[in-house]
Amino acid sequence: MYNYNQFDHDFVRNRVKEFRGQVERRLDGSLTEDEFKPLRLMNGLYLQLHAYMLRVAIPYGTLNSRQMKQLAMISEKWDKGYGHFTTRQNIQYNWPKLKDTPDILDALADVEMHAIQTSGNCVRNVTADHFAGAAADEIEDPRPTAELLRQWSMDHPEFQFLPRKFKIAMTGSPNDRAVTKAHDIGIRMVRNDKGEPGYEILIGGGLGRTPMIGKVVREFLPKADLLPYVEAILQVYNLNGRRDNKYKARIKILVHETGIDTLREWIEEVFETQKIHHQTPPAEMIEAIEAQFQPPKFDNAKVDEDKLSKIIAADPLLRSFVETNISEHFDSNHAIVTISLKPIGGTPGDATAKQMRIMAGLAEAYGYDELRVSHEQNIILPHVRRDDLPEIYKVLKDAGLATANVGLLSDMIACPGMDYCALATARSIPVAQELSIAFEDLKLQQDIGPLKIKISGCINACGHHHVGHIGILGLDKAGVESYQITLGGDGTQTASIGERAGPGFSYEEIVPAVSRIIDCYMNIREGKNDTFLDVYRRVGADPFKEALYPEETATA
Amino acid sequence: MPVIVRDSGFEQDTWEAEGGLFIDLEKYGQDVADRDPSKTAIDIPNNVTVESLKGLFVNASMIRIPFPSFADGRGFSLAKQLRQQGYEGKLRAIGHLIADQYGFARVCGFDEIEIDDEMAKRQPEEQWLARIPKQDLSYQNLLMGERPLRNA
Repeated sequence: MYNYNQFDHDFVRNRVKEFRGQVERRLDGSLTEDEFKPLRLMNGLYLQLHAYMLRVAIPYGTLNSRQMKQLAMISEKWDKGYGHFTTRQNIQYNWPKLKDTPDILDALADVEMHAIQTSGNCVRNVTADHFAGAAADEIEDPRPTAELLRQWSMDHPEFQFLPRKFKIAMTGSPNDRAVTKAHDIGIRMVRNDKGEPGYEILIGGGLGRTPMIGKVVREFLPKADLLPYVEAILQVYNLNGRRDNKYKARIKILVHETGIDTLREWIEEVFETQKIHHQTPPAEMIEAIEAQFQPPKFDNAKVDEDKLSKIIAADPLLRSFVETNISEHFDSNHAIVTISLKPIGGTPGDATAKQMRIMAGLAEAYGYDELRVSHEQNIILPHVRRDDLPEIYKVLKDAGLATANVGLLSDMIACPGMDYCALATARSIPVAQELSIAFEDLKLQQDIGPLKIKISGCINACGHHHVGHIGILGLDKAGVESYQITLGGDGTQTASIGERAGPGFSYEEIVPAVSRIIDCYMNIREGKNDTFLDVYRRVGADPFKEALYPEETATA
Repeated sequence: MPVIVRDSGFEQDTWEAEGGLFIDLEKYGQDVADRDPSKTAIDIPNNVTVESLKGLFVNASMIRIPFPSFADGRGFSLAKQLRQQGYEGKLRAIGHLIADQYGFARVCGFDEIEIDDEMAKRQPEEQWLARIPKQDLSYQNLLMGERPLRNA
């Protein structure tokens, strides 16, 4: 867990002071609304459909109980008593007042948090695998590098006015849980032939209206070269990215139009210059960052597995929770718990202040004081002793936080959609709620198996629908909501963009349409281990199209 | 009258009064030899490559980079590249920059910013001076040892 040093404290406080001044200068007319807009965005403040929205960064998704409690406090003092965890490891408050935001930012600084660069055309919150530092399959914890990038990107003088936003994601595991291939820069921690640690760098991934899978620009980058190399990518993008059309301004379009090979040459050339003009971060700084991400001192008393299995076997609901929401920890006495923020019929990603405090309390009591936010809008307890699982489950259940659906149908990503967002063309949250109610039987969901449904309320794709096994995109067709279905998307190391199944469905038709896809899958699959994505990749779209559009296919 | 913003505050532009000329890059032409570098400022567009300018570094004592909009950050990278490639003359930003960007411009290598009268009235001197870069609050300086500021 990274703790601020004096420099970090001073930086964040100074930033709040600056923003306070900017709000005052907007009010006295020094700044026009146009000029103020990017400044407030760089400090996380959006103007939404009904009110301002403040987006707070949770860098690489890591936070402690004190921070989680402060997020709860903020939601009660300045908002409506809840917060919304997002796909980029942020939390959003939907109802703050402009005049209160500097005070909110100060309250965040009190617990070593900020909202810097959570919006605007700059380098956004750096995200990472939510199981980082805990997962059994991890090569190396990506968070020290993510923290280094966080620091590097903060108020970077050259890159605050890029052609468009810029998102970086990292993973230290071969199993990509951070959607790195759908980011402007995706970084994977790898080893070269000599066993030296370094990075594989991808650029040009992204979703939105032109979804693209990132391309490898550097197969192996030595660790020490990271900052000058990233600096080179950003400089090439800042100078060459399109500024004539905001929908063509992301680096993915530059990669697409220029070609990865040419772009690689440009980047390498600038990289050589950057290396000459910048020093490598001092080793003691890197070591100081790394030291803060050491695993906690684990309680290594052997877990009585016999006793534990008996307790689990005796309670079918607990068993279901353990089977679904627990992941393998690198330490055999420990486990990773995913707390689902997707109760049946609820709003994906929302947590009340009370729930935040309960999760913080669990982290304090059982979880070495650590929590994570996942891009799938859930909360993680990354280190808990396995024999504490029954007690943790009990507390979660009493708080309405024990839904055993992680990785299943109702563990959906949904963007805020027309309920909050000024850009939305359709509702997303109600579709997620109705789908989850239609499939509320968790046994049925478990039988259906791993399934990722992702819902966006407009073409900007904040709900990641392109990489959903089943993606739903809500559009506006002549004033009426119309939902397009894509099939076969995947956001992991085997990333792919979903293919459009056919004409859209009305709001009333969309849940039955998804049900037909599920029925179709259940009929085709060869046993329970034959997942939806496996089946889709094997048989293709045709059977699903027939299920979706029985009349068209019958007459065709 | 345009206003020149420097670390010392607002100043009048004396360049042309003292015989200096602003010449568009495309009009710079062949008669280089006739020009006095100390009286020559070149206006470059913000989509030019620094590589193509290298030959001109010794022929001008000022390069002026436009900011058509404060949201167009190309000028920052261009200034940085010019400095990295060895240009040591004066770098001036001209156009729509706001006081909040003064520090960014300075750290990227600009010596000064030319703003119009309306902007100078709306965002008076103290708002710009408040943004003189604080190198002791720069992560980039801390991590990578950014090129030190030039004296303005």
